[in-house]
Amino acid sequence: MTPILHWKRLALWSGAAALMIVLPLVFSQSFAISMMSQMGIAIMFALSYNMLLGQTGMLSFGHAVYFGLGAFFSAHALNMIGAGTLGLPVTLLPLIGGAAGLAFGVIFGYVTTKHSGTPFAMISLGIAEMVAACSLMFPSFFGGEGGISTNRVVGEAVMGIDYSSAREVYYLIAGWCFVCMIAMFALTQTPLGRMANAVRDNAERARFVGYNPTRVRYMMLMLSSFFAGIAGGLAVVNYELVTSESVGVVTSGNVLLMAFIGGVGHFFGPIIGAILVTFMQSALSNYTLAWLLYFGLFFLVMILFAPGGIASLVTLHKHAWHAGQMKRLVAPYIAAGASGFVLLLGLIGVVEMTYQVETKKEQAGTLMNLFGFAFDASTAQPWIVAIATMAAGSLLLWGASRLVRAGWHDVTVAINAQRGA
Amino acid sequence: MEFFLVTTLNSLSYGLLLFMLSSGLTLIFSMMGVLNFAHASFYMLGAYFAYQTSTYLGFWPALVIAPLAVAFLGALTERYGLRTVHRYGHVAELLFTFGLAYIIEEFVHLLWGRAPVEYKIPEILDFSAFSIFSTQYPAYRVFMMLMSVGMLACLYLVLTRTRIGLIIQASLTHPEMVEALGHNVPSVFMTVFAGGAALAGLAGVIGGNAFVTEPGMAASVGTIVFVVVVFGGMGSLAGAFIASLIIGAVQTFSVAFDYSLATLLTGLGVQLNTESAWYELWKVTIAQAAPVLPYILMVLMLIVRPKGLMGTREG
Amino acid sequence: MSMKISRTAIAGAVALLALAGSVQAADGTLKIAYLEGLSGPFANVGEVGLRHLQFAADKVNARGGVLGQKIEVVPFDTKTSPQEAQLVFKQLVDQGIRYMMQGNGSAVAIALTEALAKHNSRSPDKTVLYMNYGAVDPSLTNDRCNFYHFRFDADVDMKMHALTSYMAAQKDMKKVYLINQDYAFGQSVAKAGRAMLAKKRPDVQIVGDDLHPLGKVKDFAPYIAKIKASGADAVVSGNWGNDIALLIKAAKENGITANFYTYYAGGLGTPPVIGEAGVGHLKQVTVFHSNIGGSKTAEEVAAYRKRFPDSKDDFYWTSIMTAVDMLTRSIEASKSTDPTKVAFAMEKMKADQLTGEVYMRPENHQLVQPIFVSTFSKANGKDVKFDVERTGFGFKTDARIEAKDTVLPTTCKFQRPKV
Repeated sequence: MTPILHWKRLALWSGAAALMIVLPLVFSQSFAISMMSQMGIAIMFALSYNMLLGQTGMLSFGHAVYFGLGAFFSAHALNMIGAGTLGLPVTLLPLIGGAAGLAFGVIFGYVTTKHSGTPFAMISLGIAEMVAACSLMFPSFFGGEGGISTNRVVGEAVMGIDYSSAREVYYLIAGWCFVCMIAMFALTQTPLGRMANAVRDNAERARFVGYNPTRVRYMMLMLSSFFAGIAGGLAVVNYELVTSESVGVVTSGNVLLMAFIGGVGHFFGPIIGAILVTFMQSALSNYTLAWLLYFGLFFLVMILFAPGGIASLVTLHKHAWHAGQMKRLVAPYIAAGASGFVLLLGLIGVVEMTYQVETKKEQAGTLMNLFGFAFDASTAQPWIVAIATMAAGSLLLWGASRLVRAGWHDVTVAINAQRGA
Repeated sequence: MEFFLVTTLNSLSYGLLLFMLSSGLTLIFSMMGVLNFAHASFYMLGAYFAYQTSTYLGFWPALVIAPLAVAFLGALTERYGLRTVHRYGHVAELLFTFGLAYIIEEFVHLLWGRAPVEYKIPEILDFSAFSIFSTQYPAYRVFMMLMSVGMLACLYLVLTRTRIGLIIQASLTHPEMVEALGHNVPSVFMTVFAGGAALAGLAGVIGGNAFVTEPGMAASVGTIVFVVVVFGGMGSLAGAFIASLIIGAVQTFSVAFDYSLATLLTGLGVQLNTESAWYELWKVTIAQAAPVLPYILMVLMLIVRPKGLMGTREG
Repeated sequence: MSMKISRTAIAGAVALLALAGSVQAADGTLKIAYLEGLSGPFANVGEVGLRHLQFAADKVNARGGVLGQKIEVVPFDTKTSPQEAQLVFKQLVDQGIRYMMQGNGSAVAIALTEALAKHNSRSPDKTVLYMNYGAVDPSLTNDRCNFYHFRFDADVDMKMHALTSYMAAQKDMKKVYLINQDYAFGQSVAKAGRAMLAKKRPDVQIVGDDLHPLGKVKDFAPYIAKIKASGADAVVSGNWGNDIALLIKAAKENGITANFYTYYAGGLGTPPVIGEAGVGHLKQVTVFHSNIGGSKTAEEVAAYRKRFPDSKDDFYWTSIMTAVDMLTRSIEASKSTDPTKVAFAMEKMKADQLTGEVYMRPENHQLVQPIFVSTFSKANGKDVKFDVERTGFGFKTDARIEAKDTVLPTTCKFQRPKV
């Protein structure tokens, strides 16, 4: 086990902090900064979700409840700060969100954590549906269709910071994100974090060594909703708006996707997932109307071929790297990468042409431009080319996947030989 | 009286449609432990296939072709999707169906557009079957009920009188034992999955024109079907049947009650006005909350009895 | 596996490069950002508005543009989400676009006006002007009003005012039933309907006031049974989408003969589902429909169909036409494309449109225009010349409420920028 303050770990965390500080200086457009702020919020939210799914083995379909309610309470608090009835610096506003998340975690968690597995998943879905329905039914608290809007530029500027610029908000989010990341990581190293893993792996045994699994689940859910609430509070500062969408099932589903795509088995998995999913949802949609389809396909491919998420792919290669065996994989990977690229080109061609013909035909016609080629999607030729590319790509990938498998076989043999020696 | 009779019939027809949807799901759920998020998508595909078939061949051929096509897709899903992810555990399986639902919706958008399609009730069934006092009762609703009851009878016969039915029944309650006895459980799984998808498809064929055939129809029934299955209990078709009828009745009858907590409090002598604290909460009527009641019921059921109404095992 | 990583890495690098290159001001063209959900479940609704905007822009460009500049429509996908819309707003600011248009969903509209107000006050030299063609929450031109926001559709209260004026004239109407979606819009329809009917026809009895969750009801038969039991002869509903289509279908099945007074019976995708079931007793209140008469209207409707022959939607959003028309006139009048100057010109604008003379109300930037009550009928080539969405059914005018009679008091008090 790595000691808590091992130099590698310290270097990694400092590197992360430095990256967070430098990023907005490199990407300085306001869209890029908002996207990075969004990523910071998503990271906290996804990490808090993984405290349930990855660490305690509780599949929740309603985590947005804590995020959203935290956001609503923070929005009301921010409005009270603006009206002068509450004295709290905006910097600490996320604590209100965290407290609200925690409070609802205490209430709902008491009911839900009595169960595990599918019953837990279903109860969380039921509660999510109820809260979502309520959010439309009670406009005085939830603000109805328009939601609750606020103004983050309130009160005295502290050291010249009044959060009027997006960059200040980014640094606020980055700061909170960093602190929460450390806190959540530290939690995994505590006895509670360890017991959560034990409950996930075998609740019977956890009970046997003297821990009550229900209590452990309850504790983890409360802590997780606290962090989700903090993320909700930051979302309020970032958007200056919270609508019923943020307690909705779509938000709950999204955080599940983030954690899963990133990898629930590793602490840093959800971080990768949050960054990637946020990027795909915000940026990809600028380039193609078919982004939902690509996103869905990407998700399915991940589940079918890498159910441990991206993080598991990374750790998989760590072993090979440490054993000095990566060289055996280079050639197969180049082959797989190239053939995968061909397949992807063909697929993008087919999908984009379909969308052009089906949805954009009337505004823009069937003439289109893809990868620098201009062509007419209503003629057969580009379709033949695209489908042929796809077919060729699939065949090549099939061949390449055999190479990869053979390469991995060699690597495993070599690693075992090293260990044996 | 008139209102009561009409509402009873409505609740029956709605409950039976719910059962058509949930019977397949409960079979799949009980055997494979997978809550199939794409089940409602099969329902939607059934409706769209039926719409497409009926524009060429008419409604009656569609009634046969569409469920078969959906069953075929279901078999493919099980064989090439679920079976691959099975070894990664239930969460991966569940998420696979989650992603599949996503993609099916996007494909429906592409193929049939985002607006509802004109999938109409066949003319031969488009009349009012009978009148209850002054309310006409549409023949198509009667047809829907007959179809559901017919399907229930067939399902019952298949499960109790055929060899595969007996194996399925055994797998519902003791999946490991069945495998230990040397039955090919994977192929039973595929059959059940295809069969369950076909039932959902059939529900789509007869529900799609009674209601609306549009890309959101999967999402609109998706979670309610889960409620039925969980409420009814795992491994129990009878539970699913009773749960369908109960939830159908709850949703239908609660519409009639304009009572709220405010009514109760006022009855107890508490004065309420728009200035009172939590006024909006007191004012919500049962009718207003009707569509959320099933979720409340489900949560209560799971708290009191995690096995569900007639379930034989947990989770 | 590596293939997936490299794929995302490439996509990421490409997208970030594109981002870096996208910051440049527009020259030679006047860009109008169009913000709607262009992917996901409501994409078709977003596309209809986009076709209308393109249609309007084509017309302006055909006569040489405005101040020598061609109009370019730049679509942005908000995914019909308020948060996404705010992000998109930042993007269009980054790209130097100064005019934007949106109209589906008051939640998005409110989020956008808030973002707009903050942006315009924080950077007064880069102001953006917002043309709202269909978000009808009254607060947008009342307590949430903003100098840079202009609304070209009539709001919920104005429409209800027009609708209840028409209903009040129906002498045989005795019992009214209200059924609405349980969210801000539906609740405000219910509230306004109740209050205005009580004032205009105190003798009419409100026999029911139902709120049902938005988009969750599969089977409306129980509601219809309740309406039937109440003996209502008129039903008022702000429902849209499937909630109205299913309501009308269920009413037909159970043989209800009451009149249905609605906001969105003619909404995209609804008439094909309703079909025969709505004929004769389904009414809507709108600022336009294809059969309001006049040769110019007929020409426009025909021209739209000719321009977009394959899509089944029809010329519907006159508010988009009016917005583009008023925008070009205001630019010409102020001889500037600076949104602040244009806004000062636009708030005094009067224009002849298909429905007659309309004008912008300076106190709250709400367009004042006639409102129509019409009935769903079989197309007959005479007073129902055009059908909707090629269904064979169209709307027939019952009443035209003149522009001056639609004006309601406003609570709007906005700060005008100093020039």
